Amino acid sequence: MSGWETVVGLEVHCELRTRTKLFCSCRNAFGDEPNTNVCPVCLGLPGSLPVLNEQAVELAMRIGAALGAEVRPSTFHRKNYFYPDMPKDYQISQYDEPINVGGHLDLPDGSRVGIVRAHLEEDTGKTSHVGRAGRIHAADYSLVDYNRSGVPLVEIVSEPDIRSAAQARLYAAELQRVLVATGASDGRMEEGSMRVDANVSVRRAGSPVLGTRCEIKNLNSLRSLRAAVEFEAARQVVLLEAGDRVAQETRHWDEQAGRTLAMRSKEEAFDYRYFLEPDLVPLEPDPAWRDRAAAAVGMLPGARRSRLAGLLDAPGPSQADQIEALIDQGLDDLVVVAVAAGAPAALAMARAANELASSMEAAVAMDGGAFAALVVLEGQGRLTATQSKAVLAEMLASGGGDPVAIAAAKGFESLPDDALRDVVGGVIEANPQEWSRLCGGEDKLTGFFTGQVMKATGGKADGKAVAAELRRRRG
Amino acid sequence: MTDPAPLGRADVAHVAALARLSLTDDELERFTGQLARVIEHARDVAALDVGDVLPTSHALPIRNVLRPDEPGPCLERDVVLAQAPETEDGRFKVPRIVGDAP
Amino acid sequence: MSDAAPLSAVQMAAAVRAGERTAADLVDESLARIGRRDGEVHAFLHVAADEARAAAAEVDVMAAAGRDPGPLAGVPVALKDNLCTRGLPTTCASKILQGWRPPYDATVVERLRAAGAVVVGKTNLDEFAMGSSTENSGFGPTRHPRDPSRVPGGSSGGSAAAVAAGYVPVGLGSDTGGSVRQPAALCGTVGVKPTYGVVSRYGLVAFASSLDQIGPITTCVADAAVVLEVIGGHDPRDSTSLAGPPPRITEALGRGVDGLRVGVCRELVDGTAPDVAARVAEAAEALASSGASVEEVSVPEMRYGLSAYYLIAPAEASSNLARYDGARYGLRVDAEDVAGMNTATRTAGFGAEVKRRIMLGTYALSAGYYDAYYGKAQRVRTLLIDAFARAYARVDVLVGATAPTTAFPLGDRVDDPMAMYMSDVCTIPSNLAGHPAISVPFGEGDDGMPVGVQVLAPALHEERMFQVAAVVERAAHQRSGSPQGGRS
Ligand SMILES: [Mg+2]
Ligand SMILES: [Zn+2]
Repeated sequence: MSGWETVVGLEVHCELRTRTKLFCSCRNAFGDEPNTNVCPVCLGLPGSLPVLNEQAVELAMRIGAALGAEVRPSTFHRKNYFYPDMPKDYQISQYDEPINVGGHLDLPDGSRVGIVRAHLEEDTGKTSHVGRAGRIHAADYSLVDYNRSGVPLVEIVSEPDIRSAAQARLYAAELQRVLVATGASDGRMEEGSMRVDANVSVRRAGSPVLGTRCEIKNLNSLRSLRAAVEFEAARQVVLLEAGDRVAQETRHWDEQAGRTLAMRSKEEAFDYRYFLEPDLVPLEPDPAWRDRAAAAVGMLPGARRSRLAGLLDAPGPSQADQIEALIDQGLDDLVVVAVAAGAPAALAMARAANELASSMEAAVAMDGGAFAALVVLEGQGRLTATQSKAVLAEMLASGGGDPVAIAAAKGFESLPDDALRDVVGGVIEANPQEWSRLCGGEDKLTGFFTGQVMKATGGKADGKAVAAELRRRRG
Repeated sequence: MTDPAPLGRADVAHVAALARLSLTDDELERFTGQLARVIEHARDVAALDVGDVLPTSHALPIRNVLRPDEPGPCLERDVVLAQAPETEDGRFKVPRIVGDAP
Repeated sequence: MSDAAPLSAVQMAAAVRAGERTAADLVDESLARIGRRDGEVHAFLHVAADEARAAAAEVDVMAAAGRDPGPLAGVPVALKDNLCTRGLPTTCASKILQGWRPPYDATVVERLRAAGAVVVGKTNLDEFAMGSSTENSGFGPTRHPRDPSRVPGGSSGGSAAAVAAGYVPVGLGSDTGGSVRQPAALCGTVGVKPTYGVVSRYGLVAFASSLDQIGPITTCVADAAVVLEVIGGHDPRDSTSLAGPPPRITEALGRGVDGLRVGVCRELVDGTAPDVAARVAEAAEALASSGASVEEVSVPEMRYGLSAYYLIAPAEASSNLARYDGARYGLRVDAEDVAGMNTATRTAGFGAEVKRRIMLGTYALSAGYYDAYYGKAQRVRTLLIDAFARAYARVDVLVGATAPTTAFPLGDRVDDPMAMYMSDVCTIPSNLAGHPAISVPFGEGDDGMPVGVQVLAPALHEERMFQVAAVVERAAHQRSGSPQGGRS
């Protein structure tokens, strides 16, 4: 692949977390019995008419605000084509006047991907294919459930600014976090709440011209997205290097086979015959509403990331990973609270990222004050690392509690200073050769002596206090 | 303003396919003649220079018609499926689908 | 007609509310008249005798209990079969919807029922309301009650014929390009196309969504006013429904036209048959002698109306009628795959006129032609609205013919779509502009068939329009020597 550049643009369909559908008052719910959340409107029955859901507009505007888009007066069009999961045989979608125009998404690696638009449209029903292997092209017949028909979607279209499969994955993952932060989406790809189409092309490195692109439809996990883009780019390079050309087409990702396949499309010209939806009227949210929507957006992952990084002097690579983990797990607020209460930032982050993450449900419910108190105790050397982890485990298991009381009950009290001095003295006496090597400048033996002291005190000694005593004795 | 090309058999065959209608040769012939006459009449409009006139899609200027996000009653599934030509497992049954949604 | 002139809707409701008549009697009489004549006229596709008797009984129970059954208490009504009725067949006169029973009532049907009206059945129409003669029905044509060799007009020909035949005092129709007013005129009844957005379209099977309006067909202006008050007003289920209270019209009926400025619209007279033009002139004279100032007004942009309409309406229809694909309801013709099933179903289920309009509309919207046809037509619509505004700066209402000719013989125009489309030339401009218009019977043509005079008003000026219509109606009755018309 050397000498070639991958160019990717993503279209992400995000189901909005409203109570009802986009144009009717049927419940917007996943997993209900088929065809139970349906009415004349979302079944496209003759005579029914759509009425726009206010909350869907609100959530779309929040997404726009989170992406730095311009929220504009907008209209709805009809996109006409026949498909059995679409009850009216047209989709109501925003076309040339979408609600959100422009904007960008900043990725954790520091890159920025432009956003073309983020528009409102309705989802289709769900088709299952029955017969040979359950595969679409081999099916004997299909069954349609319209529960999802009319569920509100925001389609977010990126600029073709993405340059690798890894970056495509990074973009989708970051967008997912942003969508969750706005309250617009639960981001659950496995339930289809977020679905990704990838437009992939390749070109000679340095070429300003875009190559012919293929669209890979309906990627439903971050892993498939990355794998599909990787495969597709490589496929196109092989074609071009062999002197063939890439056909502009829509392709499927075959998860089992690990490759993209051209869809066997019926010989059919697509001409969507877009025209303004005459059953709906223009949408012009007033500035006050737009401001309210923007204000309702929660703290975005980028801001969370820099907030945590700002607590550290100079975050190292493992801390950068910790920051990502904390944000993904929603534990960053806990760290911020602990640091504000006087806990050392690096320690609070390490305890939250490592210990809390092992028991997410309890961790999310953890009282910020109690967590802060524990990290403060450890930071002051009143609990050793081992003791601190044990107290935290107890707090998680019992659903909270006072760390001081738990430590006392476990008999965790730090060694008095004179007792520590005696123990250190005893260890030095028992290991005279090692001691003279340490005094001679062999610093790595500090670890050996610390270990011996810990062993002698049953872990009650504070590591920092031991180091200080050793330094004092070396003079 | 440039005049659009007159409507011919190929156009009618194309729109029939888009609209999922099949026409016999006779029908194609007859419909082409009839539609061509309507389009011919519409040339008075097609020929107008109205570049600076805004289009009207809604005769009346209504805006921002919205519905609160409150669930309402749905239809009984039995009622819905009773109207269907074929059903299976609480779903609408259709013949196999060749080709994907665009 | 062999029957004595039946009561008006207003008279019927008054009698039921006063306990002088029962709804059950009124409905039985209506059903009896239908039974006697409708084999020939074929106004109805479905007569809902049992449901009507049950509904009438409810009205009578209410009245007997001293509760007010509403302004249309016991009034039998006929509904065009493109209005959804819960549990009753709703076919749009199309084989593709044969057997379909909607699970819900249209808003207008709910409101009629709540006002005490009794639905006696569903009336014939041109398939999906596409036509001007009711010959395009998938279930056979409706005939003119006065001369069965002629058409009743269309597309609401069944409702107009049902009222003209004296079956019911009230029919509802839908008017996309004149489909209420033109058959009303041809049948000698009153027909109203309200301002777009005054009557909810929820439950009206869509033909051309930006033009469709439901309107009453009645024997007299006063009945039309009462029905419009009942069915009009805001409906949250229709995004294009206007906010605000239902229209108040009935008070305006007796106001006269003293001091009103009436414009006789040249484009609604030129090109109409001489006998039709003569009736319009007489109606204008009558308005003048009632105190209106009458002048001739020209709205030249109306000449583009027909072309714009036959691009816009089919375009919207091509999309609205896509859903009849055999998957969820109505007809299915089986095939190997789903696309084949869609095609086989639609090819078998739609009649020739519907296919013509679907193809025409698909063409007007398709890539490469959108700007030249659909886009252009939408701009012409703006020109027309501006032209109306200029006219209404000079006059309060416009008058003209409703249809260029009286009722024509069956079969006369079926093979010439363009000739058929010309029947709507006088009614289309009001749909494109979204304005209200009413057709009032005014004398007869040389062939003895009814002529309708049309009164057009600016958007939301139904009150003024009815005020003028009432005077035209009075003049028509005086002209024919009928004392007060025996109605209202
Ligand atoms: Mg989309
Ligand atoms: Zn629904």
